[in-house]
Amino acid sequence: MSRSVFRIVAIPFMAVVFGVLIGALLIVSQGGSPAEAYKALLVGGLGDSDAVLRTLQKATPLIFGGLAVAFAFKAGMFNIGGQGQLLVGAVFAAGVGFGIDGLPVLIHLPAALIVGAVAGALWGGIAGTLKATTGAHEVIVTIMLNFVAGNLTDWLAANPWKDNSGSNIVARTPLIENSATIPTFGAVPVGFLLAVSVSVACWLVLERTSYGFEVRSVGHNRHAAQYSGMKVGWIMSSTMAVSGMLAGLGGAVESLGVDGRFEAGVNVGLGFEGITIALLARANPLGVVPAALLVGLMEAGAARMQYKSDVAPELIDVIQALILFFVAAPIIIRWLLRMRHDNSEQVQLGAGWGKS
Amino acid sequence: MAETLLGAYKVRKEFPGVLANDDISISLRPGRILALLGENGAGKSTLVNILFGMYRPDDGHVIIKDEVVDLRGPDEAISRGIGMVHQHFQLVPPMRVVENIVLGAEPTRHGLVDLAEARRRVVELSERYGLEIDPDALVEDLPVGMQQRVEILKALYRDADVLILDEPTGVLTPQEADHLLGVLRELTETGLGIVFITHKLREVLAIADDIVVLRNGQVVGETRPSDTDESGLAEMMVGRNVMLQVEKSVSRPGEPVLEVEELEVKDDRGQIALDGLSFEVRAGEILGVAGVEGNGQRELVEAITGLRVPSVGVMKIEGEELTGESPRQITKKGVAHIPEDREKHGVVAIYSLAENTILNRYHRKPFSIRGILRRDVIRLHAQDVVDEFDVRTPSISVPASSLSGGNKQKLIVGREFSDDIKLLIAAQPTRGIDIGAIEFIHRRILEQRDKGAAVLLVSAELDEILGLSDRIAVLYDGKIMDVVDAQDANREKIGLLMAGITD
Ligand SMILES: Nc1ncnc2c1ncn2[C@@H]1O[C@H](COP(=O)(O)OP(=O)(O)OP(=O)(O)O)[C@@H](O)[C@H]1O
Ligand SMILES: [Mg+2]
Repeated sequence: MSRSVFRIVAIPFMAVVFGVLIGALLIVSQGGSPAEAYKALLVGGLGDSDAVLRTLQKATPLIFGGLAVAFAFKAGMFNIGGQGQLLVGAVFAAGVGFGIDGLPVLIHLPAALIVGAVAGALWGGIAGTLKATTGAHEVIVTIMLNFVAGNLTDWLAANPWKDNSGSNIVARTPLIENSATIPTFGAVPVGFLLAVSVSVACWLVLERTSYGFEVRSVGHNRHAAQYSGMKVGWIMSSTMAVSGMLAGLGGAVESLGVDGRFEAGVNVGLGFEGITIALLARANPLGVVPAALLVGLMEAGAARMQYKSDVAPELIDVIQALILFFVAAPIIIRWLLRMRHDNSEQVQLGAGWGKS
Repeated sequence: MAETLLGAYKVRKEFPGVLANDDISISLRPGRILALLGENGAGKSTLVNILFGMYRPDDGHVIIKDEVVDLRGPDEAISRGIGMVHQHFQLVPPMRVVENIVLGAEPTRHGLVDLAEARRRVVELSERYGLEIDPDALVEDLPVGMQQRVEILKALYRDADVLILDEPTGVLTPQEADHLLGVLRELTETGLGIVFITHKLREVLAIADDIVVLRNGQVVGETRPSDTDESGLAEMMVGRNVMLQVEKSVSRPGEPVLEVEELEVKDDRGQIALDGLSFEVRAGEILGVAGVEGNGQRELVEAITGLRVPSVGVMKIEGEELTGESPRQITKKGVAHIPEDREKHGVVAIYSLAENTILNRYHRKPFSIRGILRRDVIRLHAQDVVDEFDVRTPSISVPASSLSGGNKQKLIVGREFSDDIKLLIAAQPTRGIDIGAIEFIHRRILEQRDKGAAVLLVSAELDEILGLSDRIAVLYDGKIMDVVDAQDANREKIGLLMAGITD
């Protein structure tokens, strides 16, 4: 048991180590001091309760985005539309958040979260249903839906739902009501706790329920799933809907817990980072949390790193890219560590590619 | 000339919980055919995978042309003249035959692939060895026998002087198998050596020069065809006397369970594969479907089990029309299905054995309750299947991919037999299974019949059809040529019908 856990964790762990080491070389080549830079990064992400709060806040949408991608992976599909699903989740949650007042927190906040989740589920479900009924590849469809979602939410924020208070000229909604705002306990945002619970729930659904068994079966061997009487089309559409729901929840938590409103252009890129997180977690929902925390930490500490040691914050992006590279190409790490190849520990990640 | 073309010296290989090869030494000499024989899980595939550089032995050496080598991978084995035809072909289906054969060793001119030259060489090779093939056909359009030919040509193209074939005849029709044996014999005339794995004793006796028998990872015997016979080999393999032909009582057919009327089914390309088929299978009888592969057997099985929707016709089970219903609806009626292609339909390779034993029943009590899987029940069930069907494995938690081919098959049969069966659809139920296990599975099929199940047995093995069936339907070109009572059937009669000849 412990040996197999080690095998599963070894690749992502080494990927991070190599990413950080090569990052250090880059810092040196720029005439900086890696020790100083990384120290500033850590202090910026963990140094005091504000820093921790920042890290947790950054990690929260990443957890949702990572779960969205990981869940779809399990059914052998590549949801590259986390961005679009997140945007619709964010804008509709904000819509409920500012558009209704006079509700108690216990009704208003869950309602806003649910509307965000449902919006994301519909957005993801479109791609899944098209795949199941017409064979349209989910990668293409979700990419296109990203554009639709981007324009739709921009338009909503700039026109019907625009904040018209004072002299505002930015495309953004009004601030949401207090009754729809996700509270914070000390340094721990409630959104983060929600994200952790959702990832545990995802794991339980996948590993312990008959629905999860169907999802995994479709992901590993669609023919065997069909032979076994599973409704492959329905499982594909529903999995994409769940995946979209997770991304939508991430967007909702951003609007309701971090930004306090929806603003066009603010959440750009979050959905794509979900792919990094899911790969780093090797598509395991429980692995998504530490992976998101790691990336969240880097992002939270980047500003301080730049301020203290004059290292460009883009270095963080480079390190992330390196980590992703090493995770996606585990052969390099095996070679570096002289690890023998062992088929049994391979996780199917790119199953959505190449198969019709 | 080398004494030992390819050999193993004290090779040992351990997988978690299994000693797959234990101190094995073998030696293949030029121009000879070495047959490896042994029960499912005895370690045959492991051994040849080591010889081909796919696994590294924990101990011992591989010998190529009298030289001890440390193979770093199949590439190195290939460059040293070893060719292997895997049971799962390593071809690129949408590419042409020539392209597949030269892939990775293309002749070039001015830095570009010289397809004309490649084609010329391929044609020459195939003529020289009597392996006729259309070099311009797409691999995906070829039947399995032809695809295998492409694999063999691929090895010969790379100047292999050793060919390793892991159960090459498992997927072939008897005619194709006979042809292959002839080709192999011819190949040895040029000095080529061949390692050949099979479960069919007839083939071993027909073609091998040397026979090595493995059991539990060890060499338990070496012999030659002239010194033994089928039952001698069977006893060496299994360590006991094996009944090569199970005894069966007279059937007492009851009501019709499966009724098929005017069934028309199209294949993947939209061509008519089954052309107005009508027949019935009664409770307590076995209807064998004989026929050269590709005459509609697959489509028939898929139509009855709900994997393919018939274009015309009616299919009834116990009087209830189920034409075009989903596999789940059909299973619910008490239909069990041993699929023809075990890797594609039968197992999920990375699932544990336990998960594989619930593939088509995970949604029911007692395996899940209100959508929650009950892992303790599942484990007990899996352990039962593994014990009862003698699936050789260190535990039920290992992935199905770690099972040997025949043990996967036993797992599937065990899963399908663990329910009350009204109708059993058995497609190639003993493909890849050793003779001891064949005897066992044949007994179990007869037991189901005697308990009142209707059995539709589809098999490319004439002996299996003749040995088990009560009636035999012969499929030819999507039609039933004739239905013969088993008492009136013999190899010749069925063989003629299979070729489409009626008198
Ligand atoms: N990759 C693997 N991981 C773990 N165990 C394995 C692996 N490959 C084979 N084994 C085990 O090693 C033993 C020998 O397997 P092998 O495939 O060599 O048998 P075989 O003689 O080819 O059987 P068959 O006739 O069924 O094909 C089996 O018990 C099998 O479960
Ligand atoms: Mg084998």
